Amino acid sequence: MTKQVQQLDRVIIRFAGDSGDGMQLTGDRFTAGTAEFGNDLSTLPNFPAEIRAPAGTLPGVSSFQLHFADHDILTPGDAPNVLVAMNPAALKANLGDLPRGADIIANTDEFTKRNLQKVGYEANPLEDDSLAEWRVHPVPLTSLTVKALEGFDLSKKDAERSKNMFALGLLSWLYHRPTEATISFLETKFAKKPDIAKANIAAFTAGWNYGETTESFSVSYEIKPAPLPAGVYRNISGNQALAYGLIAASVQSKLPLFLGSYPITPASDILHELSKHKRFGIRTFQAEDEIAGVGAALGASFGGALGVTTTSGPGVALKAETIGLAVTTELPLIVVDVQRAGPSTGMPTKTEQTDLLMAMYGRNGESPLPIVAAMSPSDCFDAAVEAARLAVKYRTPVMLLSDGYLANGSEPWRVPSAAELPDISTAFATEPNDGEKFLPFKRDPETLARPWAIPGTAGLEHRIGGIEKADGTGNISYDPDNHDRMVRLRQAKIDGIAKDIPALEVDDPDGGARVLVLGWGSTYGPIAAAVRRIRKAGGKVAQAHLRHLNPLPANTGEVLKSYDKVLLPEINLGQLALLLRARFLVDIISYNRVRGLPFKAEELAGVIQDVIDSE
Amino acid sequence: MSELLNGRGLSLVPKSDAKQGMKDYKSDQEVRWCPGCGDYAILAAVQSFVPELGLKRENMVFVSGIGCSSRFPYYMNTYGFHSIHGRAPAIATGLAASRPDLSVWVITGDGDSLSIGGNHLIHALRRNVNLNILLFNNRIYGLTKGQYSPTSEVGKITKSTPMGSLDKPFNPISLAIGAEASFVARTIDSDRKHLQSVLREAAEHNGTSLVEIYQNCNIFNDGAFDQLKDPEQRDDITLRLEHGQPIVSASKAVRRAADGGIEVVDRASVAEEEILVHDAHRADPSLAFALSRLDEPAFEHVPIGIFRSVDRPSYDEQMAAQLEEAVAQRGPGDLDNLLLAGDTWRIG
Repeated sequence: MTKQVQQLDRVIIRFAGDSGDGMQLTGDRFTAGTAEFGNDLSTLPNFPAEIRAPAGTLPGVSSFQLHFADHDILTPGDAPNVLVAMNPAALKANLGDLPRGADIIANTDEFTKRNLQKVGYEANPLEDDSLAEWRVHPVPLTSLTVKALEGFDLSKKDAERSKNMFALGLLSWLYHRPTEATISFLETKFAKKPDIAKANIAAFTAGWNYGETTESFSVSYEIKPAPLPAGVYRNISGNQALAYGLIAASVQSKLPLFLGSYPITPASDILHELSKHKRFGIRTFQAEDEIAGVGAALGASFGGALGVTTTSGPGVALKAETIGLAVTTELPLIVVDVQRAGPSTGMPTKTEQTDLLMAMYGRNGESPLPIVAAMSPSDCFDAAVEAARLAVKYRTPVMLLSDGYLANGSEPWRVPSAAELPDISTAFATEPNDGEKFLPFKRDPETLARPWAIPGTAGLEHRIGGIEKADGTGNISYDPDNHDRMVRLRQAKIDGIAKDIPALEVDDPDGGARVLVLGWGSTYGPIAAAVRRIRKAGGKVAQAHLRHLNPLPANTGEVLKSYDKVLLPEINLGQLALLLRARFLVDIISYNRVRGLPFKAEELAGVIQDVIDSE
Repeated sequence: MSELLNGRGLSLVPKSDAKQGMKDYKSDQEVRWCPGCGDYAILAAVQSFVPELGLKRENMVFVSGIGCSSRFPYYMNTYGFHSIHGRAPAIATGLAASRPDLSVWVITGDGDSLSIGGNHLIHALRRNVNLNILLFNNRIYGLTKGQYSPTSEVGKITKSTPMGSLDKPFNPISLAIGAEASFVARTIDSDRKHLQSVLREAAEHNGTSLVEIYQNCNIFNDGAFDQLKDPEQRDDITLRLEHGQPIVSASKAVRRAADGGIEVVDRASVAEEEILVHDAHRADPSLAFALSRLDEPAFEHVPIGIFRSVDRPSYDEQMAAQLEEAVAQRGPGDLDNLLLAGDTWRIG
């Protein structure tokens, strides 16, 4: 039988199963094959906070969504075209996101009476007409896998474990993915257990062959490679890019990196990644708590290291006092906040943009600091280098905002060469700066930064601390006018950074748009995708995205005032809108959803259209 | 900041060629403790002792938290960091772990290190970071004007406990030994000779040394340690701990008790060979812990000196060794190679 091949420009697949079913690995391998093939892609893993929730239940469902296309794409996609449901729980948990007409590949072996009952299905949805609006492909994935592995010396249970590879083989056939990389991956992963490697490869191949021969699938699909700028590419997640950015910052600043950190979801992977790279002279310190993590980083900065602490919102709350100490002692420090849903413990594995005001104001006293936000997984690399540049040059703690969506999402990244990266090195003070004397708080007239004199430097011995310091000498001072002056100097130093960052750029290719959509952080992808939809339909809309939240680019007010309407979607209740309204007296139109999930392009396109229509 | 360490601990700190004296270590800042405070005696003891170490002054750092004692760094003409309440051990850990060429001292009090900063103290001790922690214990909150502290005796009447405090105090020595600190000692502000001899051993110790210094707060808790200073009784109360010597005061001696513990008895009533000989280097901390309990509950017999001094690798030397090992195994890091590692593909 010759099967039909259909051309598509993009596809969104969601693999869903029990958290023990290996869905993240399946998604990762499909992603690797897709990247190798040359499609542009974007991924969104979604897993429960529980490590092993009870099998077969709704809280135990883990999923991985992948969007790939023959053109550049910006998000992991709104709604899947294909759902792979490894059990009834996976079907039930994901069906609501599935548009009518989408394909459902369901593992019929798991649709047992008991499993159906666990999630409240009274009848088997594969057998009644409740799924009539979708194209259902019932496949006995488990028993086909067991059958394919009959020749292997494996228990039934072990054989069943390979069902995710069978599913991967089937999907790889369906979308013409290359297979070699997955086979060599399995050989490497199970190098010490060659029997398991062979069994997984056999299951993968069986899945592919099943697609080729069965009549359940009459069509397969081709998605041509995407034309991307020339270069060497790799797939990278936000946390990995952020860790690499910090390593690059250490190399480019010629400062040894010291990470003080305490494990917290979704930031721990940065600690794990940096711990692997000790040959770069990186010291990673798993502290007894969040406070010790930032304290040790600040202590290392005092000693001349690039001090970094990585955490999520609850950790930033605990670190606030030490960040204030870094503000007043004017030492470089990078505080990475991988934001997650709050308040309190909130939803640790879900994403949010709700820490902006805490980053801005969450300390006692007037304690300004620069805030940099990453806008895509791979952009976490550049954002980390930029945060380090500001910290080192201005001798200040810098808040670097990522979030759970960026941290775990991935996309292809054109790998820069070290030669393309900025030199962010600085000079330590080595000589007295006031005749014979050394004044630790005598500022650079341009940047207002104070000298960084590290222990071990003869003649520059000095004491710093959290008590207010006399301008220049740094000695303890309770003088009212001195305090007022120091408060203003610290503010002026941070405000002055506006001269040292790029202007806010507006994207309005057609010109003449009267509505501006503004964003910051991880909403870049969904906003840009929504803006494309509007323009494709003939609408006019301008887009701008803020990387620096404090200080804002110097032209921000001018940009906001040059549009009739400014729409600002945020995954919070309007935190940036509050800041912009107060600062520029511009009536921002906020769009806010705080569901722990990224915006969808379609949703934002509707919101933008409504604003345009209300003109 | 070389990663290649020759030696360990204090031997990594550069030595000064110049002859140093006490005046070299006095900063130009006016000392502002209350007249009569025990902190003056400790400051003078430290300033007159550190020149003996012969270190480059610029390679010494004093880090403190918050409290009366924590003003100490401002008065030392070295590098100094007056940080925030309770966090000095954490900040000093980052500094010491990344700079093996520094001699790092933590100045803290009983409230700073045992209340708000208790967690950092025990973790610094278990890690054995190269730090010298001087815990000024005056058994009261001084800077906040006289509340009871985590070392105040039960029933203490203070502004915050008008009917007497309820919570059982920490014994800092027991706590440190419980955390398996590698160096634990106790001394007193009024005995400069003893104080300096303990500081010397602490400075030379590889890893964290914890020195509890009984310090009189003459404003809010005056006379807290008077028994130990009173010529009438001090020689009977004070049990001197000296490695290799029998543990005795003028009239008392320590021996093994029948129940397996230790006990204090009249010195005249025991044969010399029955008296427990102090072994500060004993790997098992349980006997040192038993010694730390002898002054409970009411200061009847107070051991003074080095309870425990054992050799184990410091956190910072092990951290540096891992960095060296990583370079030895795979060569120094190369950014381009790192970024291009894994699955890559070329376009165009």
